[in-house]
Amino acid sequence: MTGPALWRDLRRFTDARVGLGRAGTAQPTSAHLDFQEAHARARDAVWSALDVPALEQALAPLGLPVVRVRSAVPDRRSYLLRPDLGRRLDNAAAIPRAPGSIAFVVADGLCAMGVQRHAPGVLERLVPALPLPPGPIVIAEQGRVALGDEIGERIGAAAVVVLIGERPGLSATDSLGLYLTWAPRRGRTDAERNCISNIRPGGLSYDEAAAKAAWLLCAARGLGGTGVALKDEMPATALPAP
Amino acid sequence: MPFTQTIGGTRFVFDDLKTLLARATPLRSGDALAGVAAGSAAERIAAQRALADVPLARFLSETVIPPEADEVTRLIIDRHDAAAFAPVRHLTVGGFRDWLLAAEPAAVTALAAGLTPEMAAAVSKIMRVADLIQVAAKCRVVTRFRNTIGLPGTLSIRLQPNHPTDDPRGIAAGVLDGLLLGAGDAVIGINPATDNVESVMRVLDMLDTVRDRFAIPTQTCVLSHVTTTMLAMERGAPVDLVFQSIGGTQAANAAFGVSLALLREAREQALALKRGTLGDNVMYFETGQGSALSAEAHHGVDQQTLEARAYAVAREFAPLLVNTVVGFIGPEYLFDGKQILRAGLEDHFCGKLLGLPMGVDVCYTNHAEADQDDMDTLLTCLAVAGVTYVMGVPGADDVMLAYQSTSFHDGLTARAMLGKRAAPEFEDWLARMGIGADAERIPPRLSPALIGLE
Repeated sequence: MTGPALWRDLRRFTDARVGLGRAGTAQPTSAHLDFQEAHARARDAVWSALDVPALEQALAPLGLPVVRVRSAVPDRRSYLLRPDLGRRLDNAAAIPRAPGSIAFVVADGLCAMGVQRHAPGVLERLVPALPLPPGPIVIAEQGRVALGDEIGERIGAAAVVVLIGERPGLSATDSLGLYLTWAPRRGRTDAERNCISNIRPGGLSYDEAAAKAAWLLCAARGLGGTGVALKDEMPATALPAP
Repeated sequence: MPFTQTIGGTRFVFDDLKTLLARATPLRSGDALAGVAAGSAAERIAAQRALADVPLARFLSETVIPPEADEVTRLIIDRHDAAAFAPVRHLTVGGFRDWLLAAEPAAVTALAAGLTPEMAAAVSKIMRVADLIQVAAKCRVVTRFRNTIGLPGTLSIRLQPNHPTDDPRGIAAGVLDGLLLGAGDAVIGINPATDNVESVMRVLDMLDTVRDRFAIPTQTCVLSHVTTTMLAMERGAPVDLVFQSIGGTQAANAAFGVSLALLREAREQALALKRGTLGDNVMYFETGQGSALSAEAHHGVDQQTLEARAYAVAREFAPLLVNTVVGFIGPEYLFDGKQILRAGLEDHFCGKLLGLPMGVDVCYTNHAEADQDDMDTLLTCLAVAGVTYVMGVPGADDVMLAYQSTSFHDGLTARAMLGKRAAPEFEDWLARMGIGADAERIPPRLSPALIGLE
């Protein structure tokens, strides 16, 4: 029989913390300190902030209108304690109309770093593949997923695509999440959305994420809705080569 | 009729049972967010004193959510067993606490069907951590599928080898790592990265192959939405357990895309597969304080009472496993390590008191004010309380869900410290396979090549 015989050989199959060895029943010192370091970095990522001018610049080549808004949250600590405020637009927000379009919201969520790095790459691939005309891109600070409902409603969009920073983990502090909501309006529940998560190099690639989002949007258009009724049955072969 | 209590010369009035329960709840961010928390420490103790004087029987005549508006309330009323309730029907909430602390394990266990979730929640609110631990440890709940879970002196582990892209080899490596550290007797369960039916079926097939190849006396599960699992069963996938996240109100369940009727249908479908060898507990539920508020489906009820109501939903379906994912939902519901610790012990206590095979995902996210020290404390308390199972994640770091749970090492340590053992069938298997003897080499019988790792 061939194949790995040592425990630590398992590490070549996954980025998960396998094959750590043990000191008694506990983790050895090096593994323990690796973990503590990763946690320290993730804690800092939660408190990172969006560099909006740089993001606007990165999104400019798409040629879509880009507007900037804030949620009703005053600061980061309130963002953590008051998700209700993160789902509401600040009173001053000005949202353009683009009825029947597919609108985009790019929000910092729980990790501004992830959005900053990956949203432009995903949008660059997704926008040309849409089943309906693209609407504006709304950059939202201190935003939650459901903020897209109010934004999409005010745009008059057929659907809203929310790209948002996911909660930082230890192995990945820059994951992007993508949420699709058909006929967005205030009061939609999470069961009425479809989610594609863990978009980043080493997770789901930009190409895969954009192809999946485009497939779901086409299927949602046929079904007239997103959420649990819309099953992701995209055949694996439909994915472009990595 | 309102409840009143005077503390230090101030008279506090609580309009109804729902309000009294909320104000009596030890402080947590989710109740403050919902606007139902006590406004001061004095108001909180006033509510606790008033709650202690409420007869348990009052909970049978006054509901926190009207039955006409909520199928969970109707379920609670319909399923109440007056005979099982008889030993404590004359008691107040305060008297009930004393009774539980003094009672023999068999008497506490026998109460389960006679208690409503609101009674369990009420008494937990006037208990300290030590009380929650001590009483939970008296409850006996045993379930079976391919092994026996919950026997006294055991601590089972769910092996949770999630992978960010559901890569079969990545998952297999995680499974093997967990088995080598004694995990997997509760279930080998994957949270899929996507709810794609094809991909879920691929993971189900892979897990079933691994289980079969190594002849592991355990069960596997892919924690997809119940409707996806039903579709997979229709298409012939090897489904041992049907998983679903549930909440304590009809509206919270609607936000999860489920109803009691749908869960009933899914259970019937899984039972018809007859895959269990020792028993037919085919359901696996996850819950967590704050889910109803998160879905704006809380009816002004505090999050801990709603969590206990989710257990009424769970017990309707005779599950193999139920766990609260206590620290997963975030700091807006449980802000820090102190709040997570108390909530984890409350959830375990209420679940056990209501007769569930209660496990806890001892966990936190990176936006909560918590760390590994907090998790060590909660795990140790839960192990003393006789928790049915905890999670086992490689190195405590879930690379798919981006949160920290307990590691395989943590499970081993808790077992070792407290003299706990794995489920008996699984423990025999560990010994037969030669697991635990060598810290570097993989025993030949568990050769990675056998499960496609070459």
